[in-house]
Amino acid sequence: MSMRGHSGVSAELAAVDGRRRINMDKVMTGICFVLLLIIVVIPIVMIIYNAFFNEGRLEIEMFRTQMTDSKNLDAMFNTLKIAIGATVLGTIMGVFYAWLLGRSDIPAKGLMRALFNIPYMFPPFLGAMAWDMMFNGRSGYINKWLASVFHLESMPININSVWGIIFVEVSYYFPFVFMQVVSALERMDPTLEESARIAGARQHQVIWKITLPLVKPAISAGALLILTTSLAHFGVPSILGYAKGIYTLPTRIYAVIYNSGGSFDGIRQGAALSVMLVIVVSLALILQNRILSAGSYDIIKGKSMRPTLIKLRGAKIPLFLLAIFTLVLIVIVPLVMIVLISFLKAYGLPLQFKNFTLAQYQKVFSANGTIDSIRNSLFASITAGVVCMFLGTLVAYVVQKIRPKGKEVLEVVSMLPYAIPGTVLSIGVILAWSGRIFGINLYNTIWIILVAYLARYLSFSMKTSSAALLQVHSSLEEAARVCGASHTEGLADITLPLIRPAMVSGFFLIFLPAMREVTTSILLYGPYTRTLGVQIYSLRDAGMIPQAAALATVAIGIIIVLNTIVTHVTKDRKGV
Amino acid sequence: MADQIILRNVTKKFTTKTLGDIVAVDNFNLQVHEGECFSFLGPSGCGKSTTLRMIAGFEDLTEGEIELCGRLVSSSRKNLYVPPEERGLGMVFQAFAVWPHMNVFENVAFPLRIAKVNKTDIDRRVAEALHHTSLTGLEKTFPGDLSGGQQQRIALARAIVTNPKVMLLDEPLSNLDPKLRETMRFEIKALQRKFNFTIIFVTHDQSEAMAISDRMMVCDMGRIMQIDTPENLYNKPCNRFVHNFLGESTFIRVVVKDGRAYPAGHMDQALDVAVPKDAADEMVVATRPNEIALTGPCEGGFASRIEKRIFLTDRTEYLIPVGDQLLKVQTPHRITFSEGEACCVHFTEPMWYPADDEEAEKERARRQLV
Repeated sequence: MSMRGHSGVSAELAAVDGRRRINMDKVMTGICFVLLLIIVVIPIVMIIYNAFFNEGRLEIEMFRTQMTDSKNLDAMFNTLKIAIGATVLGTIMGVFYAWLLGRSDIPAKGLMRALFNIPYMFPPFLGAMAWDMMFNGRSGYINKWLASVFHLESMPININSVWGIIFVEVSYYFPFVFMQVVSALERMDPTLEESARIAGARQHQVIWKITLPLVKPAISAGALLILTTSLAHFGVPSILGYAKGIYTLPTRIYAVIYNSGGSFDGIRQGAALSVMLVIVVSLALILQNRILSAGSYDIIKGKSMRPTLIKLRGAKIPLFLLAIFTLVLIVIVPLVMIVLISFLKAYGLPLQFKNFTLAQYQKVFSANGTIDSIRNSLFASITAGVVCMFLGTLVAYVVQKIRPKGKEVLEVVSMLPYAIPGTVLSIGVILAWSGRIFGINLYNTIWIILVAYLARYLSFSMKTSSAALLQVHSSLEEAARVCGASHTEGLADITLPLIRPAMVSGFFLIFLPAMREVTTSILLYGPYTRTLGVQIYSLRDAGMIPQAAALATVAIGIIIVLNTIVTHVTKDRKGV
Repeated sequence: MADQIILRNVTKKFTTKTLGDIVAVDNFNLQVHEGECFSFLGPSGCGKSTTLRMIAGFEDLTEGEIELCGRLVSSSRKNLYVPPEERGLGMVFQAFAVWPHMNVFENVAFPLRIAKVNKTDIDRRVAEALHHTSLTGLEKTFPGDLSGGQQQRIALARAIVTNPKVMLLDEPLSNLDPKLRETMRFEIKALQRKFNFTIIFVTHDQSEAMAISDRMMVCDMGRIMQIDTPENLYNKPCNRFVHNFLGESTFIRVVVKDGRAYPAGHMDQALDVAVPKDAADEMVVATRPNEIALTGPCEGGFASRIEKRIFLTDRTEYLIPVGDQLLKVQTPHRITFSEGEACCVHFTEPMWYPADDEEAEKERARRQLV
């Protein structure tokens, strides 16, 4: 019996139940299939259908025009340039700092590690806003200052360029690699490196021949995350590139739909571009898979011995200062800039105390929609978090424990949105839920945003719950059955409480990014359903930069408070 | 025989956040001879691993100096520290530490590649090392596909491929199952005979240490307790700790009064032991469970009764009350007493140690936390 694994046993017990009354497992499986069909499959099918069909007829012409349009091709090349640049640089930066904090004797490690995680929760599009304020090719504050100090003819730095976009993306995406690699280094058996020293290898040879190859799976996982996130990213390229006519596929999709005034033709063109974007992302994933096929290996072994820390000696202080400088540059400077601008009477005025006022905060909060946007964001992200938490756990339970026929389909479908850019998902949701199916029209309501969030974030909670369920050995539920509990009671009293902490972290994993979301909601919002991110974006777009900065300051405040709460709540977790 | 490894007054201090300063290794002095198999034995936290890591060069020392093959490698006085890669050692770790991203051949060839040995020599020497460790034919296999025993053989092959004079073995057998452990022990000894290296063997398993070593060092709480051959350590332990750590021991607390020893809490019958002249008022009498004779009728022994009988695989164990303590006695199966039966206990050549040292126990408990 034990050879068959826990899931098999669970399924057998379920079968025993089923002979007596309604089979609850079958009901759960059914619910999963139906919900995933509605949430994930229909929007995706709608995109593909509309890209190639028009009023029921196959029509390749529109797709072909879009694919050969030079503007679209430019956007595609930009997308690739930016994604590859951000991935390469972000990976190098992430690995370097992970090694520095994980293996060297650099001071203040604990604090630095915490600080290096901040860029991860800092919304990149707010970062882009701040960098635009400083280094805008025409009017950046620091640019103007540099030009006047050094008597320059033109602005020294232009952040509104492909390289500018890459720079900003790198500074917020490098933690993907950093966090993966730091934890891999921590779990790594130090004797793997020590035995290389004994074999005669010098410190730098150990790094290149042993340490880096061993953490390669972690590096690749992080790099993949940067690559897919950057390919699908809307915020930074739209803020920095839009005005200069630098488009990426996600911003191009937005522009096409926006310029068409939301007409069906525009949306169809967007759908065609979406197919293009999905193809690019898929190719990237396949390429990545090829490079990484070396696979992963078990490096977590041995007794817990502290790794020998490499003495940086003379380089210690310079490297420490470099790390501090990096943190200041990518965290503190943008933050200070946003706060300062939020106090300005008008954008463009010198940053002097006499130009400061609190009026922007008053204006932004008395303005139409600001309070609404915070409320909308809270509603959509909390609801999405809660629903996904339960739905993700349900899918995870069905896939891991019930293992029905077609569980692979279930798994793939629920993970699919993870690889599909938010922009694309939005178009699918628009096509699906603006009256074309059963006359259900959610367009311009908060519900369409919610549906999009559900599709986008379901895989997050499904992943965490899956990992937790794998840890719950079926003998625990079996013990409950022996004690007289029914299948349902065993599930409710044993399994669910054990994975509750994982469910809670799944909720926050959705709630936090959803709170600052722009990519999806920018295509879905209606007059009364702006989200916080959209509101900041539109204020800035309308030229009310200090007001946007004020709201951004508030948003960052909310994020910091929420993060503190999350860290506090998830600190002492029982269970698995 | 020349001394190949010399430790002079070696001391290592750590500062821990929770417990303050810990002297992990306190003034170690020892000489290991060429071709010897020398074990460091002791409970966890005794300083044996730290000492090994100082010899290997992974830890610098706080005070003292270490000499390897006539060359000074660590010295606090001269502020000298030779990094591990320049010490020319072979080392095998507990968790094997074979590199999962290299196949068997590459793992073993690594030290030679680093030393820039030419290709034909690499092929020849790796083949030789694999032959001696019975790994021939597995060159292209990755460690992840091999068993624990095979992985440890890779580590051994990698250690002998450079033909080092000194081999450090850090609990190399404790991740293997008992049967395999014994086989590997023989293989290590066979390799030593073949290549004639000096072994330092770190372990907390006394029977393993006794079986493999020419001499061993027993240490506890950062101090050397005794350095001697396995026989002498077993037969003439210098203190209670060593007595207890090597082989099975049974201890009786006694009160010495008028030249006779009474078990604590039982002043009406004395033990039939000769009390040494310098005995203090409270002492501990130590013996091995199999060195105590049991008879039925009592003539000159200590009269008691069998409290519990435990049938072990190769002998019978009795627990016998002596005062308020329980004495453990082991006999061959043929001498059979039943539970509750009266019996007579005869001590043969017991050892005498000072009474319990509570401070030492506290210190040991503290170290376990580090």
